[in-house]
Amino acid sequence: MRRRVLALAQIAPTLGDLAQNFAVHQEKIAESRAAGADLVIFPELSLTGYQLQDLAPEVAMRRTDPRLAALAKLTSGGPSAVVSFVESTDDHRLFAAAALLEGGEVRHVARKCYLPTYGLFDERRFLAAGDAIRATRAALGGSVAGDVGIGIGVCEDFWHPTLPAILAQDGAELLINVAAGPARGASVDADQGLGSAASWGTLLRATAALTTSYVAFTNRVGVDESLIFWGGSRVIGPDGVVIAEAPLFEEALLLAEIDLDEVARARSALPLLRDERLELTRREYDRIIATRAGLEEV
Amino acid sequence: MSDDTGRAPHDELAIDPEMVAAMCRSFITSHVTSTGAERVVLGLSGGIDSALVAYLTAAAIGADRLTVVLMPTASSSPSSKADAEAIVSDLGCQSELISIEAPLAALIANLPAGESVTPVRRGNMAARLRMTTLYDRSALHRGVVVGTGNKSEILIGYSTIFGDAASAFNPIGDLYKTQVRELSRHLGVPTQIIEKAPSADLWPGQTDEGEGGFDYPTLDRVLYRIVDRRLPLEDVIAEGFDRDFVERVSEMIRRSEFKRQMPPIAKVGGRSSGSDYLYPRRRPKLD
Repeated sequence: MRRRVLALAQIAPTLGDLAQNFAVHQEKIAESRAAGADLVIFPELSLTGYQLQDLAPEVAMRRTDPRLAALAKLTSGGPSAVVSFVESTDDHRLFAAAALLEGGEVRHVARKCYLPTYGLFDERRFLAAGDAIRATRAALGGSVAGDVGIGIGVCEDFWHPTLPAILAQDGAELLINVAAGPARGASVDADQGLGSAASWGTLLRATAALTTSYVAFTNRVGVDESLIFWGGSRVIGPDGVVIAEAPLFEEALLLAEIDLDEVARARSALPLLRDERLELTRREYDRIIATRAGLEEV
Repeated sequence: MSDDTGRAPHDELAIDPEMVAAMCRSFITSHVTSTGAERVVLGLSGGIDSALVAYLTAAAIGADRLTVVLMPTASSSPSSKADAEAIVSDLGCQSELISIEAPLAALIANLPAGESVTPVRRGNMAARLRMTTLYDRSALHRGVVVGTGNKSEILIGYSTIFGDAASAFNPIGDLYKTQVRELSRHLGVPTQIIEKAPSADLWPGQTDEGEGGFDYPTLDRVLYRIVDRRLPLEDVIAEGFDRDFVERVSEMIRRSEFKRQMPPIAKVGGRSSGSDYLYPRRRPKLD
Protein backbone atom coordinates (compact mmCIF):
# COMPACT_ATOMS: atom_id res chain seq x y z
CA MET A 1 0.00 0.00 0.00
CA ARG A 2 1.19 3.51 -0.78
CA ARG A 3 -0.72 5.45 1.83
CA ARG A 4 -0.04 9.12 2.38
CA VAL A 5 -1.55 11.76 4.61
CA LEU A 6 -2.20 15.11 2.94
CA ALA A 7 -2.62 18.36 4.89
CA LEU A 8 -4.39 21.19 3.06
CA ALA A 9 -3.45 24.50 4.70
CA GLN A 10 -6.47 26.72 4.07
CA ILE A 11 -4.87 29.94 5.25
CA ALA A 12 -5.56 33.68 4.81
CA PRO A 13 -2.30 35.22 3.56
CA THR A 14 -1.69 38.88 4.41
CA LEU A 15 -1.43 40.92 1.21
CA GLY A 16 2.19 41.87 0.51
CA ASP A 17 3.45 40.93 3.99
CA LEU A 18 6.16 38.37 3.23
CA ALA A 19 7.53 38.16 6.78
CA GLN A 20 4.11 37.47 8.25
CA ASN A 21 3.27 34.91 5.57
CA PHE A 22 6.60 33.06 5.97
CA ALA A 23 5.89 32.82 9.71
CA VAL A 24 2.46 31.30 9.01
CA HIS A 25 4.06 28.76 6.65
CA GLN A 26 6.56 27.72 9.32
CA GLU A 27 3.73 27.24 11.83
CA LYS A 28 1.58 25.21 9.44
CA ILE A 29 4.48 22.99 8.39
CA ALA A 30 5.17 22.26 12.06
CA GLU A 31 1.47 21.65 12.71
CA SER A 32 1.28 19.29 9.73
CA ARG A 33 4.35 17.40 10.93
CA ALA A 34 2.77 16.98 14.36
CA ALA A 35 -0.41 15.70 12.70
CA GLY A 36 1.58 13.05 10.81
CA ALA A 37 1.16 14.56 7.35
CA ASP A 38 3.41 13.54 4.44
CA LEU A 39 2.63 16.59 2.32
CA VAL A 40 1.24 20.02 3.26
CA ILE A 41 -0.26 22.08 0.44
CA PHE A 42 -0.65 25.86 0.64
CA PRO A 43 -2.92 27.97 -1.63
CA GLU A 44 -2.01 30.16 -4.63
CA LEU A 45 0.38 33.01 -3.79
CA SER A 46 0.41 31.80 -0.20
CA LEU A 47 3.63 33.69 0.55
CA THR A 48 2.56 37.03 -0.95
CA GLY A 49 -1.23 37.41 -1.12
CA TYR A 50 -3.19 37.61 -4.37
CA GLN A 51 -4.29 41.14 -5.36
CA LEU A 52 -0.74 42.49 -5.58
CA GLN A 53 -0.94 44.74 -8.63
CA ASP A 54 2.23 46.91 -8.64
CA LEU A 55 3.48 45.13 -5.51
CA ALA A 56 4.18 42.01 -7.59
CA PRO A 57 7.78 42.94 -8.57
CA GLU A 58 8.47 44.10 -5.02
CA VAL A 59 7.56 40.77 -3.40
CA ALA A 60 8.92 38.55 -6.21
CA MET A 61 11.62 35.98 -5.43
CA ARG A 62 14.05 33.85 -7.41
CA ARG A 63 13.50 30.14 -6.89
CA THR A 64 16.96 30.21 -5.27
CA ASP A 65 15.94 32.92 -2.78
CA PRO A 66 17.48 32.25 0.66
CA ARG A 67 14.09 32.75 2.34
CA LEU A 68 12.59 30.00 0.20
CA ALA A 69 15.65 27.82 0.87
CA ALA A 70 15.19 28.33 4.60
CA LEU A 71 11.55 27.28 4.33
CA ALA A 72 12.58 24.23 2.29
CA LYS A 73 15.02 23.25 5.08
CA LEU A 74 11.97 22.66 7.31
CA THR A 75 10.92 19.79 5.02
CA SER A 76 14.10 17.75 5.60
CA GLY A 77 12.39 15.87 8.40
CA GLY A 78 9.04 15.85 6.56
CA PRO A 79 6.45 16.74 5.59
CA SER A 80 7.04 17.83 2.00
CA ALA A 81 5.32 21.11 1.10
CA VAL A 82 3.81 22.92 -1.88
CA VAL A 83 4.06 26.69 -1.43
CA SER A 84 3.24 29.48 -3.86
CA PHE A 85 4.98 32.76 -4.61
CA VAL A 86 5.75 35.30 -7.33
CA GLU A 87 8.80 33.94 -9.17
CA SER A 88 11.17 36.35 -10.92
CA THR A 89 13.59 35.15 -13.58
CA ASP A 90 16.91 36.15 -15.15
CA ASP A 91 15.05 37.97 -17.90
CA HIS A 92 12.90 39.81 -15.32
CA ARG A 93 9.61 38.12 -15.99
CA LEU A 94 7.22 37.43 -13.12
CA PHE A 95 5.23 34.21 -12.74
CA ALA A 96 2.61 32.95 -10.32
CA ALA A 97 4.51 29.84 -9.26
CA ALA A 98 4.10 26.86 -6.96
CA ALA A 99 7.16 25.07 -5.60
CA LEU A 100 7.49 21.54 -4.27
CA LEU A 101 9.79 21.54 -1.25
CA GLU A 102 11.08 18.12 -0.25
CA GLY A 103 14.04 16.73 1.67
CA GLY A 104 15.20 20.24 2.54
CA GLU A 105 15.31 21.50 -1.05
CA VAL A 106 13.22 23.21 -3.72
CA ARG A 107 12.61 20.22 -5.99
CA HIS A 108 10.21 21.45 -8.66
CA VAL A 109 8.49 24.67 -9.71
CA ALA A 110 5.23 24.88 -11.69
CA ARG A 111 4.37 28.22 -13.28
CA LYS A 112 0.75 29.21 -13.84
CA CYS A 113 0.02 28.79 -17.56
CA TYR A 114 -3.45 30.32 -17.73
CA LEU A 115 -3.74 33.83 -16.27
CA PRO A 116 -7.36 34.96 -16.03
CA THR A 117 -7.72 38.49 -17.36
CA TYR A 118 -11.45 39.07 -17.58
CA GLY A 119 -14.28 40.11 -15.27
CA LEU A 120 -12.80 40.60 -11.81
CA PHE A 121 -9.37 39.23 -12.81
CA ASP A 122 -6.41 41.23 -14.15
CA GLU A 123 -3.49 38.81 -13.88
CA ARG A 124 -2.00 39.12 -17.35
CA ARG A 125 -1.43 42.80 -16.75
CA PHE A 126 1.06 42.04 -14.00
CA LEU A 127 2.36 38.52 -14.68
CA ALA A 128 3.80 36.33 -17.44
CA ALA A 129 2.21 33.00 -18.37
CA GLY A 130 4.14 29.77 -17.88
CA ASP A 131 5.12 27.77 -20.97
CA ALA A 132 5.56 24.26 -19.60
CA ILE A 133 3.29 21.55 -18.21
CA ARG A 134 5.38 18.94 -16.40
CA ALA A 135 4.59 16.24 -13.90
CA THR A 136 7.28 15.35 -11.39
CA ARG A 137 8.02 12.54 -8.96
CA ALA A 138 8.38 12.85 -5.22
CA ALA A 139 8.83 10.61 -2.20
CA LEU A 140 6.15 12.39 -0.16
CA GLY A 141 7.26 10.82 3.07
CA GLY A 142 7.82 7.35 1.60
CA SER A 143 11.12 5.45 1.67
CA VAL A 144 11.33 5.24 -2.14
CA ALA A 145 12.61 8.38 -3.88
CA GLY A 146 10.22 9.51 -6.62
CA ASP A 147 7.59 7.01 -5.55
CA VAL A 148 4.62 9.25 -6.33
CA GLY A 149 3.81 11.02 -9.59
CA ILE A 150 2.43 14.49 -8.95
CA GLY A 151 1.26 17.33 -11.14
CA ILE A 152 0.75 20.88 -9.94
CA GLY A 153 -1.58 23.47 -11.46
CA VAL A 154 -2.34 26.97 -10.22
CA CYS A 155 -6.03 27.88 -9.89
CA GLU A 156 -7.28 28.82 -13.39
CA ASP A 157 -4.96 26.17 -14.90
CA PHE A 158 -7.56 23.48 -14.13
CA TRP A 159 -10.29 25.39 -15.97
CA HIS A 160 -8.38 24.45 -19.12
CA PRO A 161 -8.87 20.67 -19.04
CA THR A 162 -5.92 19.97 -21.33
CA LEU A 163 -3.61 20.98 -18.48
CA PRO A 164 -4.58 18.34 -15.89
CA ALA A 165 -4.98 15.86 -18.77
CA ILE A 166 -1.37 16.46 -19.84
CA LEU A 167 -0.15 16.20 -16.24
CA ALA A 168 -1.90 12.83 -15.90
CA GLN A 169 -0.44 11.60 -19.21
CA ASP A 170 2.96 12.78 -18.01
CA GLY A 171 2.78 10.53 -14.97
CA ALA A 172 0.80 12.35 -12.28
CA GLU A 173 -1.29 10.19 -9.96
CA LEU A 174 -1.96 13.08 -7.60
CA LEU A 175 -3.09 16.35 -9.18
CA ILE A 176 -2.58 19.36 -6.96
CA ASN A 177 -4.40 22.64 -7.50
CA VAL A 178 -3.34 25.65 -5.45
CA ALA A 179 -6.00 28.34 -5.68
CA ALA A 180 -6.97 31.89 -4.75
CA GLY A 181 -10.61 31.57 -5.78
CA PRO A 182 -12.77 34.59 -4.96
CA ALA A 183 -16.37 34.00 -3.89
CA ARG A 184 -19.08 35.19 -6.26
CA GLY A 185 -22.59 34.34 -7.25
CA ALA A 186 -24.16 33.95 -3.79
CA SER A 187 -27.52 32.25 -4.39
CA VAL A 188 -29.59 29.52 -2.78
CA ASP A 189 -29.77 27.94 -6.22
CA ALA A 190 -26.06 27.03 -6.15
CA ASP A 191 -24.53 24.09 -4.25
CA GLN A 192 -23.36 25.38 -0.85
CA GLY A 193 -25.15 28.68 -1.64
CA LEU A 194 -22.25 29.95 -3.73
CA GLY A 195 -21.83 29.90 -7.50
CA SER A 196 -18.04 29.69 -7.38
CA ALA A 197 -18.10 26.77 -4.90
CA ALA A 198 -20.63 24.96 -7.07
CA SER A 199 -18.72 25.36 -10.33
CA TRP A 200 -15.37 24.42 -8.75
CA GLY A 201 -17.00 21.41 -7.11
CA THR A 202 -18.21 20.13 -10.47
CA LEU A 203 -14.88 20.86 -12.16
CA LEU A 204 -12.74 19.13 -9.52
CA ARG A 205 -14.86 15.98 -9.37
CA ALA A 206 -14.87 15.79 -13.17
CA THR A 207 -11.11 16.35 -13.32
CA ALA A 208 -10.45 13.51 -10.85
CA ALA A 209 -12.83 11.15 -12.67
CA LEU A 210 -11.59 11.97 -16.19
CA THR A 211 -7.92 11.61 -15.23
CA THR A 212 -8.54 8.74 -12.77
CA SER A 213 -6.26 10.61 -10.36
CA TYR A 214 -6.45 11.98 -6.86
CA VAL A 215 -7.14 15.71 -6.83
CA ALA A 216 -6.06 17.90 -3.91
CA PHE A 217 -7.45 21.44 -4.07
CA THR A 218 -6.24 24.03 -1.57
CA ASN A 219 -8.12 27.32 -1.82
CA ARG A 220 -7.37 30.29 0.40
CA VAL A 221 -9.67 32.25 2.69
CA GLY A 222 -9.48 35.85 3.90
CA VAL A 223 -9.89 39.09 1.97
CA ASP A 224 -7.81 41.12 -0.52
CA GLU A 225 -9.49 44.48 -1.25
CA SER A 226 -13.00 43.60 -2.58
CA LEU A 227 -12.36 39.88 -2.98
CA ILE A 228 -13.47 37.39 -0.33
CA PHE A 229 -11.82 33.98 -0.88
CA TRP A 230 -14.13 31.06 -0.21
CA GLY A 231 -11.92 28.17 0.94
CA GLY A 232 -13.73 24.85 0.64
CA SER A 233 -10.42 23.00 0.08
CA ARG A 234 -10.96 19.33 -0.69
CA VAL A 235 -9.47 15.99 -1.65
CA ILE A 236 -11.17 13.85 -4.30
CA GLY A 237 -10.51 10.22 -5.13
CA PRO A 238 -9.77 8.82 -8.62
CA ASP A 239 -13.45 7.80 -8.82
CA GLY A 240 -14.52 11.45 -8.50
CA VAL A 241 -15.84 11.08 -4.94
CA VAL A 242 -14.98 13.73 -2.34
CA ILE A 243 -12.90 12.24 0.51
CA ALA A 244 -12.50 15.29 2.73
CA GLU A 245 -13.65 18.89 2.58
CA ALA A 246 -12.79 22.04 4.56
CA PRO A 247 -15.38 24.65 5.61
CA LEU A 248 -16.10 27.80 3.61
CA PHE A 249 -14.51 31.12 4.64
CA GLU A 250 -12.68 29.76 7.72
CA GLU A 251 -9.03 28.93 8.18
CA ALA A 252 -8.45 25.18 8.47
CA LEU A 253 -5.83 22.47 8.25
CA LEU A 254 -7.65 19.67 6.44
CA LEU A 255 -6.15 16.19 6.83
CA ALA A 256 -6.93 13.39 4.40
CA GLU A 257 -5.41 9.96 3.94
CA ILE A 258 -5.06 8.66 0.40
CA ASP A 259 -3.87 5.31 -0.95
CA LEU A 260 -2.08 5.77 -4.26
CA ASP A 261 -2.60 2.08 -5.13
CA GLU A 262 -6.24 3.12 -5.66
CA VAL A 263 -5.04 4.96 -8.77
CA ALA A 264 -3.76 1.73 -10.34
CA ARG A 265 -7.05 -0.02 -9.53
CA ALA A 266 -9.12 2.86 -10.91
CA ARG A 267 -7.07 2.88 -14.12
CA SER A 268 -7.49 -0.89 -14.53
CA ALA A 269 -11.24 -0.58 -14.14
CA LEU A 270 -11.50 2.52 -16.30
CA PRO A 271 -8.50 2.78 -18.67
CA LEU A 272 -9.29 6.26 -19.95
CA LEU A 273 -5.69 7.44 -19.88
CA ARG A 274 -4.47 4.29 -21.66
CA ASP A 275 -7.05 4.80 -24.40
CA GLU A 276 -6.40 8.51 -24.87
CA ARG A 277 -5.41 9.17 -28.53
CA LEU A 278 -2.57 11.66 -28.12
CA GLU A 279 -1.62 11.51 -31.79
CA LEU A 280 -5.24 12.09 -32.81
CA THR A 281 -5.52 15.06 -30.45
CA ARG A 282 -2.26 16.51 -31.73
CA ARG A 283 -3.22 16.02 -35.38
CA GLU A 284 -6.57 17.73 -34.93
CA TYR A 285 -5.06 20.59 -32.90
CA ASP A 286 -2.37 21.03 -35.57
CA ARG A 287 -5.08 21.22 -38.21
CA ILE A 288 -7.11 23.80 -36.23
CA ILE A 289 -4.00 25.87 -35.50
CA ALA A 290 -3.06 25.88 -39.18
CA THR A 291 -6.59 26.75 -40.26
CA ARG A 292 -6.84 29.65 -37.80
CA ALA A 293 -3.50 30.96 -39.02
CA GLY A 294 -4.77 30.82 -42.63
CA LEU A 295 -2.17 28.17 -43.52
CA GLU A 296 -4.65 25.50 -44.54
CA GLU A 297 -7.85 25.40 -46.57
CA VAL A 298 -10.97 25.30 -44.39
CA MET B 1 -45.47 37.69 -11.23
CA SER B 2 -46.35 34.05 -10.71
CA ASP B 3 -46.40 31.24 -13.20
CA ASP B 4 -49.64 29.62 -14.31
CA THR B 5 -49.28 26.75 -11.83
CA GLY B 6 -50.07 29.22 -9.05
CA ARG B 7 -46.83 28.40 -7.24
CA ALA B 8 -44.84 31.21 -5.67
CA PRO B 9 -42.44 32.63 -8.24
CA HIS B 10 -38.88 31.39 -8.06
CA ASP B 11 -36.87 33.85 -5.98
CA GLU B 12 -33.70 34.31 -7.99
CA LEU B 13 -32.30 36.80 -5.47
CA ALA B 14 -32.64 34.42 -2.51
CA ILE B 15 -29.36 33.99 -0.64
CA ASP B 16 -28.12 31.62 2.05
CA PRO B 17 -28.09 34.25 4.82
CA GLU B 18 -25.68 32.41 7.11
CA MET B 19 -23.16 32.06 4.32
CA VAL B 20 -23.47 35.69 3.20
CA ALA B 21 -23.21 36.83 6.82
CA ALA B 22 -19.97 34.85 7.11
CA MET B 23 -18.65 36.59 3.97
CA CYS B 24 -19.54 40.04 5.33
CA ARG B 25 -18.00 39.30 8.73
CA SER B 26 -14.79 38.12 7.10
CA PHE B 27 -14.72 41.27 4.94
CA ILE B 28 -15.24 43.62 7.90
CA THR B 29 -12.70 41.88 10.13
CA SER B 30 -10.07 41.90 7.40
CA HIS B 31 -10.45 45.59 6.59
CA VAL B 32 -10.49 46.66 10.23
CA THR B 33 -7.34 44.61 10.84
CA SER B 34 -5.51 45.90 7.75
CA THR B 35 -6.28 49.55 8.59
CA GLY B 36 -5.11 49.08 12.16
CA ALA B 37 -8.26 50.81 13.41
CA GLU B 38 -9.38 50.29 16.99
CA ARG B 39 -13.05 50.91 16.27
CA VAL B 40 -15.62 51.02 13.51
CA VAL B 41 -17.66 54.23 13.23
CA LEU B 42 -21.06 54.06 11.61
CA GLY B 43 -23.84 56.56 10.94
CA LEU B 44 -27.03 54.98 12.29
CA SER B 45 -30.19 56.41 10.72
CA GLY B 46 -32.79 54.04 12.12
CA GLY B 47 -33.20 52.51 8.66
CA ILE B 48 -32.48 48.94 7.65
CA ASP B 49 -29.17 49.40 5.81
CA SER B 50 -27.20 51.00 8.63
CA ALA B 51 -28.94 48.67 11.11
CA LEU B 52 -27.73 45.63 9.16
CA VAL B 53 -24.17 46.94 9.00
CA ALA B 54 -24.26 47.60 12.76
CA TYR B 55 -25.31 43.98 13.43
CA LEU B 56 -22.73 42.60 10.99
CA THR B 57 -19.96 44.73 12.51
CA ALA B 58 -20.88 43.72 16.05
CA ALA B 59 -20.84 40.07 14.98
CA ALA B 60 -17.48 40.51 13.22
CA ILE B 61 -15.39 42.47 15.72
CA GLY B 62 -17.62 42.79 18.82
CA ALA B 63 -20.12 45.48 19.80
CA ASP B 64 -17.50 46.92 22.18
CA ARG B 65 -15.50 48.10 19.14
CA LEU B 66 -18.49 49.73 17.40
CA THR B 67 -19.43 53.41 17.75
CA VAL B 68 -22.71 54.42 16.15
CA VAL B 69 -23.49 58.07 15.54
CA LEU B 70 -27.07 59.34 15.34
CA MET B 71 -27.16 62.55 13.29
CA PRO B 72 -30.73 63.80 12.95
CA THR B 73 -31.93 67.11 11.54
CA ALA B 74 -35.06 68.95 12.70
CA SER B 75 -37.06 67.27 9.96
CA SER B 76 -35.95 63.72 10.83
CA SER B 77 -38.79 61.52 11.94
CA PRO B 78 -38.89 60.87 15.72
CA SER B 79 -39.52 57.18 14.99
CA SER B 80 -36.15 57.01 13.20
CA LYS B 81 -34.39 58.07 16.37
CA ALA B 82 -36.43 55.59 18.44
CA ASP B 83 -35.52 52.78 16.02
CA ALA B 84 -31.82 53.72 16.15
CA GLU B 85 -31.97 53.71 19.96
CA ALA B 86 -33.56 50.25 19.90
CA ILE B 87 -30.53 48.99 17.95
CA VAL B 88 -28.07 50.60 20.37
CA SER B 89 -29.87 49.03 23.30
CA ASP B 90 -30.02 45.62 21.62
CA LEU B 91 -26.34 45.58 20.61
CA GLY B 92 -24.96 47.39 23.66
CA CYS B 93 -22.56 49.43 21.54
CA GLN B 94 -21.24 52.95 22.15
CA SER B 95 -23.53 55.61 20.70
CA GLU B 96 -23.33 59.34 20.16
CA LEU B 97 -26.16 61.75 19.34
CA ILE B 98 -24.90 64.68 17.26
CA SER B 99 -27.62 66.77 15.66
CA ILE B 100 -26.57 68.29 12.36
CA GLU B 101 -29.47 70.78 12.39
CA ALA B 102 -27.32 73.75 13.51
CA PRO B 103 -24.56 73.32 10.88
CA LEU B 104 -27.20 72.61 8.21
CA ALA B 105 -29.13 75.76 9.13
CA ALA B 106 -25.85 77.69 9.13
CA LEU B 107 -24.93 76.44 5.64
CA ILE B 108 -28.33 77.49 4.33
CA ALA B 109 -28.26 80.84 6.14
CA ASN B 110 -24.86 81.48 4.62
CA LEU B 111 -26.17 81.27 1.05
CA PRO B 112 -26.55 84.48 -0.99
CA ALA B 113 -29.54 86.51 0.19
CA GLY B 114 -32.87 85.42 -1.25
CA GLU B 115 -31.60 82.07 -2.54
CA SER B 116 -33.95 79.21 -1.81
CA VAL B 117 -32.76 75.63 -1.36
CA THR B 118 -34.46 72.69 -3.06
CA PRO B 119 -35.12 69.56 -0.98
CA VAL B 120 -32.52 67.67 -3.04
CA ARG B 121 -29.81 70.26 -2.34
CA ARG B 122 -30.76 70.30 1.30
CA GLY B 123 -30.61 66.50 1.41
CA ASN B 124 -27.16 66.47 -0.21
CA MET B 125 -25.92 69.07 2.27
CA ALA B 126 -27.23 66.95 5.15
CA ALA B 127 -25.56 63.81 3.73
CA ARG B 128 -22.21 65.63 3.43
CA LEU B 129 -22.47 67.08 6.93
CA ARG B 130 -23.03 63.54 8.23
CA MET B 131 -19.95 62.39 6.30
CA THR B 132 -17.92 65.27 7.81
CA THR B 133 -19.13 64.39 11.28
CA LEU B 134 -18.42 60.67 10.86
CA TYR B 135 -14.88 61.20 9.57
CA ASP B 136 -14.18 63.56 12.45
CA ARG B 137 -15.55 61.07 15.00
CA SER B 138 -13.44 58.32 13.41
CA ALA B 139 -10.32 60.48 13.85
CA LEU B 140 -11.22 61.03 17.51
CA HIS B 141 -11.90 57.34 18.19
CA ARG B 142 -9.01 55.97 16.05
CA GLY B 143 -11.77 54.36 14.05
CA VAL B 144 -12.65 53.69 10.47
CA VAL B 145 -15.91 54.68 8.74
CA VAL B 146 -17.94 51.78 7.40
CA GLY B 147 -20.30 52.35 4.46
CA THR B 148 -23.95 51.35 4.48
CA GLY B 149 -25.17 51.82 0.89
CA ASN B 150 -26.87 48.83 -0.73
CA LYS B 151 -26.54 47.60 -4.32
CA SER B 152 -29.98 48.83 -5.42
CA GLU B 153 -29.39 52.44 -4.42
CA ILE B 154 -25.78 52.42 -5.62
CA LEU B 155 -26.90 51.22 -9.08
CA ILE B 156 -29.69 53.75 -9.52
CA GLY B 157 -27.57 56.55 -8.07
CA TYR B 158 -29.84 57.08 -5.08
CA SER B 159 -26.99 58.35 -2.95
CA THR B 160 -24.96 61.52 -2.41
CA ILE B 161 -21.45 61.42 -3.84
CA PHE B 162 -18.94 62.24 -1.07
CA GLY B 163 -21.88 62.09 1.35
CA ASP B 164 -23.47 58.82 2.37
CA ALA B 165 -21.49 57.15 -0.44
CA ALA B 166 -18.20 57.96 1.36
CA SER B 167 -16.61 55.27 3.51
CA ALA B 168 -13.43 53.27 4.04
CA PHE B 169 -15.17 50.03 3.00
CA ASN B 170 -18.70 48.81 2.44
CA PRO B 171 -19.78 45.28 3.37
CA ILE B 172 -23.32 45.42 1.89
CA GLY B 173 -22.80 47.36 -1.35
CA ASP B 174 -23.24 44.22 -3.47
CA LEU B 175 -26.52 43.19 -1.78
CA TYR B 176 -29.84 44.24 -3.29
CA LYS B 177 -32.40 45.79 -0.95
CA THR B 178 -34.44 42.57 -0.90
CA GLN B 179 -31.27 40.67 0.10
CA VAL B 180 -30.55 43.28 2.79
CA ARG B 181 -34.00 42.49 4.20
CA GLU B 182 -33.38 38.74 4.12
CA LEU B 183 -30.01 39.07 5.84
CA SER B 184 -31.46 41.49 8.42
CA ARG B 185 -34.17 39.01 9.38
CA HIS B 186 -31.53 36.33 9.82
CA LEU B 187 -29.37 38.54 12.07
CA GLY B 188 -32.24 39.61 14.33
CA VAL B 189 -32.56 43.26 13.30
CA PRO B 190 -35.75 44.51 15.04
CA THR B 191 -38.83 43.72 12.95
CA GLN B 192 -40.19 47.27 12.87
CA ILE B 193 -36.97 48.40 11.16
CA ILE B 194 -37.16 45.64 8.55
CA GLU B 195 -40.81 46.25 7.77
CA LYS B 196 -41.02 50.03 7.63
CA ALA B 197 -40.92 51.78 4.27
CA PRO B 198 -37.32 52.71 3.28
CA SER B 199 -36.78 56.45 3.47
CA ALA B 200 -33.96 58.96 3.06
CA ASP B 201 -35.82 60.84 5.84
CA LEU B 202 -35.35 64.18 4.08
CA TRP B 203 -38.84 65.41 4.93
CA PRO B 204 -41.79 64.04 6.95
CA GLY B 205 -43.51 61.10 5.27
CA GLN B 206 -40.93 60.75 2.46
CA THR B 207 -40.31 57.22 1.24
CA ASP B 208 -37.88 55.94 -1.42
CA GLU B 209 -40.61 53.98 -3.15
CA GLY B 210 -43.13 56.87 -3.06
CA GLU B 211 -40.61 59.40 -4.34
CA GLY B 212 -39.00 57.08 -6.90
CA GLY B 213 -42.24 55.52 -8.11
CA PHE B 214 -41.04 51.92 -7.71
CA ASP B 215 -41.15 49.03 -5.32
CA TYR B 216 -37.82 47.48 -4.33
CA PRO B 217 -38.67 43.84 -5.15
CA THR B 218 -39.50 44.81 -8.76
CA LEU B 219 -36.60 47.25 -9.02
CA ASP B 220 -34.20 44.57 -7.79
CA ARG B 221 -35.45 42.02 -10.30
CA VAL B 222 -34.98 44.52 -13.14
CA LEU B 223 -31.51 45.55 -11.91
CA TYR B 224 -30.51 41.89 -11.57
CA ARG B 225 -31.44 41.29 -15.21
CA ILE B 226 -29.75 44.38 -16.59
CA VAL B 227 -26.60 44.31 -14.47
CA ASP B 228 -25.88 40.77 -13.26
CA ARG B 229 -27.28 38.92 -16.25
CA ARG B 230 -26.37 41.59 -18.84
CA LEU B 231 -29.72 41.15 -20.62
CA PRO B 232 -30.78 43.59 -23.34
CA LEU B 233 -33.72 45.78 -22.22
CA GLU B 234 -36.03 44.20 -24.80
CA ASP B 235 -35.46 40.78 -23.20
CA VAL B 236 -36.30 42.19 -19.75
CA ILE B 237 -39.49 43.77 -21.11
CA ALA B 238 -40.39 40.51 -22.87
CA GLU B 239 -40.47 38.83 -19.46
CA GLY B 240 -43.41 41.07 -18.54
CA PHE B 241 -41.75 44.03 -16.83
CA ASP B 242 -43.25 47.43 -17.64
CA ARG B 243 -41.44 49.04 -20.58
CA ASP B 244 -41.44 52.58 -19.15
CA PHE B 245 -40.13 51.33 -15.84
CA VAL B 246 -37.33 49.23 -17.38
CA GLU B 247 -36.24 52.15 -19.55
CA ARG B 248 -36.33 54.51 -16.58
CA VAL B 249 -34.18 52.15 -14.48
CA SER B 250 -31.70 51.81 -17.34
CA GLU B 251 -31.49 55.60 -17.56
CA MET B 252 -30.92 55.94 -13.81
CA ILE B 253 -28.03 53.47 -14.05
CA ARG B 254 -26.54 55.25 -17.07
CA ARG B 255 -26.76 58.72 -15.56
CA SER B 256 -25.10 57.70 -12.29
CA GLU B 257 -21.99 55.88 -13.59
CA PHE B 258 -19.80 58.72 -12.24
CA LYS B 259 -21.02 58.12 -8.70
CA ARG B 260 -19.54 54.64 -8.68
CA GLN B 261 -15.99 55.68 -9.57
CA MET B 262 -13.11 57.73 -8.25
CA PRO B 263 -12.70 61.04 -10.11
CA PRO B 264 -10.38 60.75 -13.12
CA ILE B 265 -6.98 62.38 -12.72
CA ALA B 266 -5.58 64.03 -15.86
CA LYS B 267 -2.65 61.90 -16.92
CA VAL B 268 0.31 64.17 -17.52
CA GLY B 269 3.36 62.48 -16.02
CA GLY B 270 4.97 59.09 -16.40
CA ARG B 271 3.10 57.25 -13.69
CA SER B 272 -0.24 58.40 -12.37
CA SER B 273 -2.59 57.51 -9.54
CA GLY B 274 -5.54 55.54 -10.82
CA SER B 275 -4.01 54.74 -14.23
CA ASP B 276 -0.67 53.01 -13.88
CA TYR B 277 0.22 53.48 -10.24
CA LEU B 278 -1.81 50.64 -8.77
CA TYR B 279 -1.23 49.49 -5.22
CA PRO B 280 -3.40 47.81 -2.61
CA ARG B 281 -5.01 50.27 -0.19
CA ARG B 282 -2.80 49.13 2.68
CA ARG B 283 0.82 48.45 1.87
CA PRO B 284 2.98 46.54 4.29
CA LYS B 285 6.48 47.93 4.80
CA LEU B 286 8.88 45.65 2.95
CA ASP B 287 12.50 45.05 4.05
